[in-house]
Amino acid sequence: MKILVCISNVPDTTSKINFTADQTKFDTTGVQFVINPNDEFGLTRAMWFKEKQGATVHVATVGGPGVEPTMRKALAIGADEGIRINAEPTDGFFVASQLAEVIKNGGYDLIIAGRESIDYNGGMVPGIIAALLDIHFVNTCIGLEIEGNKVKAVREIDGGKETLETSLPLIIGGQKGLVEESDLRIPNMRGIMMARQKKLNVVEPVEAIHAMSDKTFDKPAPKGPVKLVDADNVGELVNLLHSEAKVI
Amino acid sequence: MSTETLKKDILRGGQFLVKETQCEDVFTLEDLNEEQRMMRESTKEFVEREIWAHWERFEKKDYAFTEECMRKAGELGFLSIAVPEAYGGMGMGFVSTMLVCDYISGATGSFSTAFGAHTGIGTLPITLYGTEEQKQKYVPKLATGEWFGAYCLTEPGAGSDANSGKTKAVLSADKKYYSITGQKMWISNAGFCNLFIVFARIEDDKNITGFIVENDPKNGISLGEEEKKLGIHSSSTRQVFFNETKVPVENMLSERGNGFKIAMNALNVGRIKLAAACLEAQRRVTTEAVKYANERIQFKTPIVNFGAIKAKIAQMSINVYAGESACYRAAKNIEDRIAIRVAEGNSHQEAELKGVEEYAIECSILKVAVSEDVQNTTDEGIQIFGGMGFSADTPMEKAWRDARIARIYEGTNEINRMLAVGMLVKKAMKGHVDLLGPATAVGEELMGIPSFETPDFSELFAEEKDLIARLKKVFLMVAGSAVQKFGPDLESHQQVLLAAADILIEIYMAESTLLRTEKNAKREGEAAQEIQIAMTRLYLYEAVDLVIKKGKEAIVSFAEGDEQRMMLMGLKRYTKYTNPPNVVALRNKIADKVAADNRYTFDG
Ligand SMILES: Cc1cc2nc3c(=O)[nH]c(=O)nc-3n(C[C@H](O)[C@H](O)[C@H](O)COP(=O)(O)OP(=O)(O)OC[C@H]3O[C@@H](n4cnc5c(N)ncnc54)[C@H](O)[C@@H]3O)c2cc1C
Repeated sequence: MKILVCISNVPDTTSKINFTADQTKFDTTGVQFVINPNDEFGLTRAMWFKEKQGATVHVATVGGPGVEPTMRKALAIGADEGIRINAEPTDGFFVASQLAEVIKNGGYDLIIAGRESIDYNGGMVPGIIAALLDIHFVNTCIGLEIEGNKVKAVREIDGGKETLETSLPLIIGGQKGLVEESDLRIPNMRGIMMARQKKLNVVEPVEAIHAMSDKTFDKPAPKGPVKLVDADNVGELVNLLHSEAKVI
Repeated sequence: MSTETLKKDILRGGQFLVKETQCEDVFTLEDLNEEQRMMRESTKEFVEREIWAHWERFEKKDYAFTEECMRKAGELGFLSIAVPEAYGGMGMGFVSTMLVCDYISGATGSFSTAFGAHTGIGTLPITLYGTEEQKQKYVPKLATGEWFGAYCLTEPGAGSDANSGKTKAVLSADKKYYSITGQKMWISNAGFCNLFIVFARIEDDKNITGFIVENDPKNGISLGEEEKKLGIHSSSTRQVFFNETKVPVENMLSERGNGFKIAMNALNVGRIKLAAACLEAQRRVTTEAVKYANERIQFKTPIVNFGAIKAKIAQMSINVYAGESACYRAAKNIEDRIAIRVAEGNSHQEAELKGVEEYAIECSILKVAVSEDVQNTTDEGIQIFGGMGFSADTPMEKAWRDARIARIYEGTNEINRMLAVGMLVKKAMKGHVDLLGPATAVGEELMGIPSFETPDFSELFAEEKDLIARLKKVFLMVAGSAVQKFGPDLESHQQVLLAAADILIEIYMAESTLLRTEKNAKREGEAAQEIQIAMTRLYLYEAVDLVIKKGKEAIVSFAEGDEQRMMLMGLKRYTKYTNPPNVVALRNKIADKVAADNRYTFDG
């Protein structure tokens, strides 16, 4: 089985989010980047397939040279080979088009993407890839087992879960549940040393339309001070809820 | 490293005092390569997940948990960084070794002591002095964490005077084994180790001898109770009793009578690594403290806005920054020196031994400086937390208790201070470092008329560099005169030695800090290094103050009359600022940045 894990390079959740002065771009100064958590759950599951079922695991991303440390981390965790499509990941359609091309040429049986990336939360990439390549798609995937060509996948649905049967080739939008947080791997020292020798291929992007582009970003307005209302003064509370908070 | 980048003229140990170093020639944390950065991230992830998340367990004397964490560290390869590949290790350079030691040690002194005792003094005597058979037999197990090591030097009657131990090793009649009998004290990792490095005396030898002793209770080895300690509560520290413990002759380390040398050389590495091990604790404490100061409101404002708190945050930050600068500078010097020796045809073992020994002075300097910084940083951490700092429910209290041991083990700070100056004087006597020439020049300069020209200090750090060059003259003046006055008896004038050591330490720390910032400012522009420049200036300012104090103390203790007057004038001249920095403004600038980031962010 040949697996491709699609990796997105995202700011660490503890990063302070700022935008450039003209509010058109995310300001990356001082920001630490990590493997998108949903992708990391997927990568960890892929490692299980590698170790238990002899799968080959490749990782791919769309991004400039700056994303290579994140890719090296994926290799240090145990992926066999990396592919970097040398372009800025501007919008979901563009990214999906690029990855679809890599998938078409690579003969992958299983593609693991994250349900969404935690930076822009677009949540479109795996679905668009499925449509572009006309392959099966399970989103919000929290469990995955494979026997030969047969797939058993578990999907999170509102208030419960759904177990599905399907077949390869397949793309999933994975998330926590594929593995648990405690299963996530810290790259060990030998893995880090070996990552240096693994292939990290850089491929140029194919023509694809940029379906969307960012215009401006706005941060939520800062929260105002808390107003304390005396317990006896229900009238004022009702008044404030009505006229200021506008909730009643 | 590749041989083309080998520079043969890198500074020898102790030479920083008499030679000028170019900033391009120092290694800084900002120079880490991608692989080292990944190693650092892994280390931090491990600490966050496996250690910091459970810091309270370490306070409850959960020795088993320390052992469990050590095993996990072994699985991830953290115990094998410095071990040569031929013995199952990663064979990485000294900088990488220091890096992991630094970042793995910040969450609790219990784990960092276990880690340091095992990878340093527990493993190194074998990798540095072992025979091929000894290395094949023991090192792979130690590298993976299948086995753990401990180091038995100290005895009830032999602490700082480490060569005075009474433990005996008696050769059997058939000459097949030694029988070891004696009592060792304060042995870290004793409770769970599989192997001891034991130092014992054969007959009435002048010097002790080292042995590798497998831990086997059936072989006359027994342990005392766990010591009740101020800090590092989950680090196993016990007495170890050897009662006619049989040790095969092939388990002797190096040669008979070489034990003291082994012990000291293992300690050289132990010292610089201990300094590294005190860095991340300071970063963590600084970060926790600034977070608290940003949130704690008194007089209707976060306490971080008070000048009193800003001064502390600035001080804590410059302590870490200076420690990092000096530790990684020395680490790279050691790494390069080892590479040079390997290129010259030394075995790796020999190269490593000599490479570290070369910088024994710097190792002692760092041990003292950084162990005292971590003490001060954790102390101010408690102060920023106020009453909450005194509570065992916040991490400040235990950080402070854990930090205290660093001034005691691996040679007390008193011993290390005197060693630093003592070794330097010895190097000068042997002609390895030319102190005499520069000291004579300083003497002549003192007799001459000082120049009244105002130098051009317009370039970045021009005045600071000039000051550091003059601080070196203070050391040469004080130490040079002391050597002249006391000759070999200098050793017994400890307070003079200690004062000289403090001057030496401040010079090394201030210079390393300046070189690091200068290098980065050249690379990234002064604007990008604005805060680091402020930290450098503030550090130097305080270093100068301390040099004045210690210099005076020494001078008045042994010089009189005209000589005293001349030296005091010299001291004044050599420590004079043309443009004294506004230290209050510097502190505020540094603290405001740390407060805005809500953490210490200067570690490259
Ligand atoms: C928690 C812990 C863990 C340890 N782990 C280990 C270990 O794993 N293996 C091991 O072998 N040892 C270990 N030690 C021992 C440690 O290295 C010694 O405690 C240390 O070297 C000091 O020796 P001492 O306690 O006998 O103090 P002493 O030597 O009695 O010193 C007492 C005081 O006198 C001063 N002093 C001593 N001699 C001089 C002198 N010549 N001039 C000026 N001042 C002097 C010292 O600086 C100190 O302030 C550990 C100790 C502790 C507390």
